[in-house]
Amino acid sequence: MFKWLHRFGSAPFVYRLATVVSPWLGFACLVIMLAGLYLGLIVAPADYEQGESYRIIYVHVPAAILSMFVYVVMAVSSAIFLIWRMKLADIVAQASAPIGASFTFLALATGSLWGKPMWGTWWIWDGRLTSELVLLFLYFGYMALRSAIEHPQGAARAAAVLAVVGVVNIPIIHYSVEWWSTLHQPATITKIGKPTIHRSMAIPLFLMIIGFQLLYAYVLLLRTKIGILQREGRAAWVAQLPEMSRV
Amino acid sequence: MRSPDQHDPEVSGSQALASNGDAAMGILSLLVMMCRRELLVAIRNPGQWLNPVLFFVVVVSLFPLGVGPSPATLALIAPGVLWVSALLAVMLSLDALYSSDFADGTLEQYVLSGQSLSLIVLAKVLVHWMLSGIPLLLLSPLLAMLLHLPGSAVGVLMLSLLIGSLTLSLIGSIGAALTLGLNQAGVLLSLLVLPLTVPVLIFGSAAVSAAASDLSATGQLWLLAALLALAASLAPLTAATALRNGVASNP
Repeated sequence: MFKWLHRFGSAPFVYRLATVVSPWLGFACLVIMLAGLYLGLIVAPADYEQGESYRIIYVHVPAAILSMFVYVVMAVSSAIFLIWRMKLADIVAQASAPIGASFTFLALATGSLWGKPMWGTWWIWDGRLTSELVLLFLYFGYMALRSAIEHPQGAARAAAVLAVVGVVNIPIIHYSVEWWSTLHQPATITKIGKPTIHRSMAIPLFLMIIGFQLLYAYVLLLRTKIGILQREGRAAWVAQLPEMSRV
Repeated sequence: MRSPDQHDPEVSGSQALASNGDAAMGILSLLVMMCRRELLVAIRNPGQWLNPVLFFVVVVSLFPLGVGPSPATLALIAPGVLWVSALLAVMLSLDALYSSDFADGTLEQYVLSGQSLSLIVLAKVLVHWMLSGIPLLLLSPLLAMLLHLPGSAVGVLMLSLLIGSLTLSLIGSIGAALTLGLNQAGVLLSLLVLPLTVPVLIFGSAAVSAAASDLSATGQLWLLAALLALAASLAPLTAATALRNGVASNP
């Protein structure tokens, strides 16, 4: 039953799959993000309270969701690497780290830009912002530990342990707006029951979230290909790749 | 790099473990044996555990010099200052948790011995806490007085440091295991561990602040205890995994 799953442990298979799939992901990402941006920036009406400046939500919320999603992907693939010693899982984790750090930074920066006109401050030490900042530090720590240890296998396992330990921060970020009083907006789309956002604003938001997910998938596949080449560069199947004939 | 302790059969842990043959030692006997060994080594090297305590005192003394001597301001920032200084002092001392054992090969013997590595880690962390966390909390009333912290908060300060410093040592042991044998281990260890210790810091200083305002600190203290339970159960296992990896990749 798991024979199809074992194929994902094979570097040539994943490389070829990534080569075939990634252009489609990139194209879909472009189309959906353009649609989302058009609907969000031009078609959606102004907010009754915040006016036009609420529109940064279309970048801020997807970036924040992705920052947490990428960390969970990193932690899960690190766990897979530790338990089943699947090298490709470690390649995926290593490839995801800079992408996740970028999304986290983007979420913090766009949130700060939104906060100044809305709350009157660039920053506040409430639960959500603090735990999102801690997430950024966790990403940096992962990348720092990775580069500090010379032995590649040792570095991979140590970083994997760190990634799994840090996943405890993700529920803290998510539930921080429920547990502590905060300036930050509470949950609007993951609530059970009637969501508190109007459909005309919700649709572009969902489109942007999907677009960001596709962007992550696209960049992840590219970086995974690079990671595979870095580790298996001398293998026979690499020399037979079509792109190698151009080198 | 042989220390004089290496020839002392009580202290040469590897000999004691090996003499038990292939039998796995009982939990309590392993714990007691390792604690005795660690205490003996530490008592013979007083500098190792004295320095963080002095660091704590010096750092706390720097804040009035930097912020200004006004008692009202100092009393306001005292909970946070005391807690952050304690946190930094514990982080500073964690560097030495595994380094000397790693340098002379004892750590490798522990890993190879087949005994429960997480129990060995727990013993090391307990002794480390006894020698760094406990002196910190014994000194804290004196430093609280220096920062004009209201007397009502001193009891809560000591209790929160008692629970919190053990949690910090446990979480820090994971970081120390991950950065085994590295050049700038101390700085990298702090970078890795400090984000994970943020909840302990927040609840610890919140407890002291609440007590300073004559409010109840029970909620924060219970949460600190919960964090300790989480760390005590998971940290030794994680640190043991990281140690195995560190020893294997650093021949």
